Amino acid sequence: MIITAAAVPPPPVIPNYGGPPGGKHGCIAQNGTFCWEWVKGHWGDILQPRLLEHLEMTAIAVGIGFAIAFAAALLAYRKSWFETPFGVFSAFLYTIPSLALFQLLVPFTGLTMLTIEIGLVGYTLLILFRNILEGLRGVPGDVLEAARGMGLTRRQMLFRVELPLALPAISAGIRIAVVTTISLATVAAYITPLGLGQPIFNGLQTDFTTEFVATGALAVALAIGADGLLVVVQRALTPWVRARRTA
Amino acid sequence: MILGYDSFRPSTFVDAFRFMYDNPGLMWSKILEHLVISGEAMGIALLIAIPLGVWLGHLHRGEFLAINLANVGRALPSLAVIAIGLGVFGIGTTNVVFALVILAFPLMLTNAYVGVEGVDPDAIEAARGMGMRPHQIVLKIELPLALPLIFAGIKTAAVYVVATATLGGVVGGGGLGDIIVNQASYFLKGVIAASIAVAVLAFAASFVFGLLQRAVTPRGLRRKVKLIEPDVSTGVAEAVTA
Repeated sequence: MIITAAAVPPPPVIPNYGGPPGGKHGCIAQNGTFCWEWVKGHWGDILQPRLLEHLEMTAIAVGIGFAIAFAAALLAYRKSWFETPFGVFSAFLYTIPSLALFQLLVPFTGLTMLTIEIGLVGYTLLILFRNILEGLRGVPGDVLEAARGMGLTRRQMLFRVELPLALPAISAGIRIAVVTTISLATVAAYITPLGLGQPIFNGLQTDFTTEFVATGALAVALAIGADGLLVVVQRALTPWVRARRTA
Repeated sequence: MILGYDSFRPSTFVDAFRFMYDNPGLMWSKILEHLVISGEAMGIALLIAIPLGVWLGHLHRGEFLAINLANVGRALPSLAVIAIGLGVFGIGTTNVVFALVILAFPLMLTNAYVGVEGVDPDAIEAARGMGMRPHQIVLKIELPLALPLIFAGIKTAAVYVVATATLGGVVGGGGLGDIIVNQASYFLKGVIAASIAVAVLAFAASFVFGLLQRAVTPRGLRRKVKLIEPDVSTGVAEAVTA
């Protein structure tokens, strides 16, 4: 087939989705479902920094959330009247859709990391509080009796008997809290361009498919990887749980 | 995205209720969309997960898959799954439904598996002794005894699905999320109004499926149901009232 010069339409104006300037954009310009070239080219300046931010956000949120939930659970364990108010409070926070909670916090704390962390910490409380409290309550009565009979003080009982026995439930809570926070932290980028949510939202806005698909895949990989790693840690910390189950 | 320009006053909460009252058409249509998306996802997940879970539980096979899938399913960030779905299915509600099916599927599968797998072997032995065939054992013994746990899984999945369907707003997938991501048009009062609606829907789902769970539990088992409640140490079948 002979194509005359006149028949060739002018080349369409292709937006440059972060491809090499001036050169051939290859699959980047085609904007297909997935372009490996883009991922390779932007691992260093987009994906990796966002991944690290994501991990940082998650670690801070779970760390602070654990400190608060641990204190609250200990208090509820000693004084049972405290369980209901804190349980209702954390359950209430949990019911607020994440997209909305971040927006509602903005008028108070602005478009900042602080806003995101307040939201994320709020979501970890219910999971951690419940699991820590359940773990402590699950310690068999005879064990406590025996510990008391051996003359252990309350503090000794807590650190030598109750907390070690509650460890399976506590570590399960941490694991659930971590994966939940990783998930919610992607939503947090709606407020502040931090974490893996940022390239997702950016890709959605610029309509560049590879950016949100690749980042989505990275976020999924991060969540599954973190979950798997925590399972291994959990098993290493509490070998007796497995031994009992297989027995 | 225009965010944070709307100021927040205590009266904003009152305004949120006024917003609902002033825009009944918008609220109802978005609630309906929300329910349709959630319902589609629940239906698809139900049709695949329950038969598969019951079958695997009956065979006492695939424990690794059934148990770990629930944890992996919980681990998946829904926004990321929606983003991937958008790349695969394009714009529309399909990518949201896809993400919600992925969310609901493992919860249902694991509970169906654990429910059927945990049926007292003596009961099955007795049924076999009475000359029941395998399909009769499944339908008459295992399924009825596993129903409470199966419904517990459906209930948890329903709450998660209704709550997560909100994220569909990010990709214009419809539902109450459309209002929540559009602060520029509806202001914070609209965002709060839609959030309240989402929370109410999630509670309603939990309540309705809770009633169903009670209704399908054989009377003699009603006390026992407490015994097979969530196992915190593994996180399996853990029912969170999201």
